[in-house]
Amino acid sequence: MNALPGYNFAYLDEQTKRMIRRALLKAVAIPGYQVPFGSREMPLPYGWGTGGIQVTASILGQEDVLKVIDQGSDDTTNAVNIRRFFNRTAGMATTDRTEEASIIQTRHRIPEKPLNENQILVFQVPLPEPMTRLEPREAVTRKLHALADYGLMHVKLYEDIARYGHIATTYDYPVLVNGRYLMAPSPIPKFDNPKLHMSPALQLFGAGREKRVYAIPPWTRVESLDFEDHPFSIQRWQQPCALCDAEDSFLDEVVLDGGGRMFVCSDSDYCQTRQAAGHTGSENTPTEVSA
Amino acid sequence: MNDPRPLPTSALLPGLNDPVHDSQRVFRIVLSALSNPASLHALADLPVPPAPMHAAAGAVLLTLSDYETPVWLQSPTEASAAWLRFHCGTPLVTKAKEAQFALIDQPLAMPPLSGFAQGLAEYPDRSATLIVQVRGFSSEGPLFSGPGINGQRRIGIDGLPGDFWQSWQNNRAIAPLGVDILFVSGTSVVGLPRSIDVQNKPARGGV
Amino acid sequence: MYVAVKGGESAILNSYELLAAERRGDPDVPELTLAQIRQQMRLAVDRVMGEGSLYDEDLAALALKQAAGDQVEAIFLLRAYRTTLPRFGYSVPIDTARMALRRRISATFKDLPGGQVLGPTYDYTQRLLDFSLADTADAPTPPRVDEPLPATSPRVTDLLGEEGMIEAERPAAGDPAPTDLSREPLRFPANRATRLQNLARGDEGYLLALGYSTQRGYANSHPFAGEIRMGEVPLEIIPEELGFAITIGQITLTECQMINQFAGSSDVPPQFTRGYGLAFGESERKSMGMALVDRALRAQELGEEITSPAQQAEFVLSHTDNVEASGFVQHLKLPHYVDFQSELELLRKMRASSAKVGAGDTAIPGVQPSAEREEA
Repeated sequence: MNALPGYNFAYLDEQTKRMIRRALLKAVAIPGYQVPFGSREMPLPYGWGTGGIQVTASILGQEDVLKVIDQGSDDTTNAVNIRRFFNRTAGMATTDRTEEASIIQTRHRIPEKPLNENQILVFQVPLPEPMTRLEPREAVTRKLHALADYGLMHVKLYEDIARYGHIATTYDYPVLVNGRYLMAPSPIPKFDNPKLHMSPALQLFGAGREKRVYAIPPWTRVESLDFEDHPFSIQRWQQPCALCDAEDSFLDEVVLDGGGRMFVCSDSDYCQTRQAAGHTGSENTPTEVSA
Repeated sequence: MNDPRPLPTSALLPGLNDPVHDSQRVFRIVLSALSNPASLHALADLPVPPAPMHAAAGAVLLTLSDYETPVWLQSPTEASAAWLRFHCGTPLVTKAKEAQFALIDQPLAMPPLSGFAQGLAEYPDRSATLIVQVRGFSSEGPLFSGPGINGQRRIGIDGLPGDFWQSWQNNRAIAPLGVDILFVSGTSVVGLPRSIDVQNKPARGGV
Repeated sequence: MYVAVKGGESAILNSYELLAAERRGDPDVPELTLAQIRQQMRLAVDRVMGEGSLYDEDLAALALKQAAGDQVEAIFLLRAYRTTLPRFGYSVPIDTARMALRRRISATFKDLPGGQVLGPTYDYTQRLLDFSLADTADAPTPPRVDEPLPATSPRVTDLLGEEGMIEAERPAAGDPAPTDLSREPLRFPANRATRLQNLARGDEGYLLALGYSTQRGYANSHPFAGEIRMGEVPLEIIPEELGFAITIGQITLTECQMINQFAGSSDVPPQFTRGYGLAFGESERKSMGMALVDRALRAQELGEEITSPAQQAEFVLSHTDNVEASGFVQHLKLPHYVDFQSELELLRKMRASSAKVGAGDTAIPGVQPSAEREEA
C-alpha cells in the first residue's frame, strides 16, 4: 500500500502523527478553540493546504476513501495535486463522489450534498484567527478568546452596517461555536455557514503556516454572528445553474467568449450527479449535447 | 528523561502488532469516542498490556503517548513502567498534576478531577486526559448532552464513586478549562470531553 | 455548450517535464555537478544550509541544482527533507572560542589576543567585474601562511566581561532546555533562546533590512561590531553508552557579537549590552543583521521604549521565515473563485442600491445589476 519508498505511510512520521492526533483530540474537546501544534514543513508550500494535509495524513487509514476539492471542484490543480500526494504516499482509494468519501479535504467550500456521521470534513485554513484583521497580535487575541470578549468583531460588523447598510463580510464569515469560541470557518462563502451547524459529520480545521488545528464535533451549535435588526443571511441567485438547473447550490460566474456571463455550480460532483440524473440547464439542453 | 539501563526486553509484553496502521485504527476510534461522547466504541485485535491495564487503556497509551507526554499511573508497577518506556519512551511522573495522560485503575480511590492539569485560560488544551478503567457499561445511567450528541444520550458507567457526577459538573463548570475522560473497560471505550453536561437522574425505579 | 476545464493531472505532469527541461537548459552545455556547486557556489550553499536548518553541503548543492539556483526554493526543498529525518541526539553546546579561525575582525580594538585576521573576504575587493573569469583559467594558489593561528582566541566580549564592562550572559534560571521551533509552534512572549533560533532560520534579506532600519533611527541602538569570527568548530555529542563527549565532525560557522550602548538602570550600572548572530558557513551579512535584530528585540527586557518595527517581537518573529512567507504570498495564485464570487455579488448589490445604475454606468453583458435574487 505504501507507494512512496523511503517515506512513512501518508508521509508524516509516527511521532508527528501522534502529536497532531493529541492536538486534534483536544480540539474536539474544546469546540472552536485553536490548539497550537508543531506544524511540520511539508513538501507542498505553506498556504497551499499544508494544515489540511497534516490533519488528513494524521487521521487517514488504509480503509479510508479520500475526496479532495478546491473551490468545490475535484478538478482544480491544487485539488488534483493534493489527491496525487496522498495517492503517492498512502496509496489509498480516492473518489470524486461526496457520498463515497470517508474523508473529504476541502479548500473554500462545503459540499452541497449533506454529509453523514461516518464522514470527516477537513478544511484547509489560511488564517485561523477570526480577529486577525482587526488585531494581528496573537498575544492579544488569545486573551480575548480566554475572556470570550468578542466586542471587537461585533463592532466591526456593526460599522459595516453603519457604512453600507448591511454586513459586508461575504466569506470566512465569523461563527460562534457551542456558544463559546469565536471561530473562522476558513474562507468558505457565507452560503456554506448554515452547513456547519449541527452537522452529523466531524469537521476538522488545519492551519499549517499558522500552526493551529481546531474542530467542530458533530451535532454542535454553530451560529453566524449577526444582530437582531440585521439577521444573518446567505447568497441566493436569480437564475439556477446553467448546466444542471439546481436552485439550491452555490454558483460560480463564468465569463463566456462573447463577453456574456453564465452561472454554474461550484460543486462539480453535485452538478455532474444532477446532470447524470437528467437535469439540464439553459446552456446544456439535450439537443446541444447530441449536436 | 530516559533510564539509560538496558531494558529486560525478553520479559516485555509486545506492543501494537503493526504500529503504523494499528495506532491509526485505535486513534480513529478514540477520535470517534470523543466526537460522539457517551456512546460505546469497541476496539479489536489489541495487545495484552501488563496488569492492571485493560487492553483498551494499553492501546490508547501506545497510540497517543511518547517521550513528550508525561504519564501518571494510579497503580504504577515495574512491568507497566517498563512496557510504556520500551514501546513509547513515555516518562512516568509521580505528581498527578504534571501528567498529560493519567491512567486510573481504581476509580473509587481516584484523586479529585481538580488534582489534574486543568489547562490555562489562554491555552485550555494544556489539560490532562484521564483514562479511567471501569467495571463495564450499561444502557441505564445518566443523561448526557452537549457537542457531539444529537439531543441527549444515556449510558451507564459502572464502578464510579458516588459523588463522581457532582465532580464532573464541577469540571464542566470551569470549561473551557478542565479534564477530558476516556472510560475504558476491556476493549471498549467511552469518551467524555469537558464540554458534556450530565443529568444524573436516578435509574428506573429510583425516586 | 460549455465544458468545464478538466485534465488537471496531465497539466501538472506536463509542467514537471517542462520545468525539468528548462532547469537543464541547453543540453550542449555540460551539466553542473554537485561538486561544482559546492566548491564554486559555496556562499549560496551556506545560505541554503543556514535557512534550511540542515548542515549538509551535498544536499544543499542538490537543492540549488534542482531549484535552478532559486535560493528560497532550495531552502524549502531542504526543509521539507529535513522534517523527515530521525533525531539521534543533541550535540554538546559548541564553543566558538575553540573555533579554528579563518577570519576574525574586531571594529572595537585595534589589536587583541589572537590578532585581526582578514581572511577570505569581499570587503576590500574593488567591485570591478573580472572579465578574466569569463573564461576558464588556472586555479589561483592561496597565499602561504607563515605562522599558524593560535588554537583558541578569546572573544572580544569575554575580554570586556573580565572588566565588567559588558553585561554577563547567564543561562536562564534552572537552565531550561530550549524550545525546538522545528517541533513546537512559536508562542509569545518568546524568550531570547527561542528568538535567536527563529532568527537563525530567518530570511537573510529580511534580517538585513530590519537590522538596517535600526541603524537609521528605527530603534534606539548604537552598535559596534565587537567581533566577527568565521571558521571551523568541532561538534561533539555524548553517547549514552560512553558518558563522555566525542567529536563527530566539524562545521563552519560565522559568529557576530554586536556591542551596544546601554545607560543602565537603578539596579544595573552602565554597561555595554549584546546582540548576537550566528549562521552556518560564511554568512557575515546574515549574522550581522541577526545580531542587530536580536539586540533590538531585547528592548522590553532592557526597559527600553518599544517604538520601532524591529523591536516588536511578534511582528518580527512571525515574518522571518521565507518558506512560510513565500508559500503564503504565492498561494494567491490558487483559485479564489468562490471568495471572489462572494465579493463580486456584494459589490454589485452595493453599487445597485447606492446608485440605482446611473447614466454613466456600463451594464455588464448578461448580468443584471444585482445577481442576487434575495437574501433569505
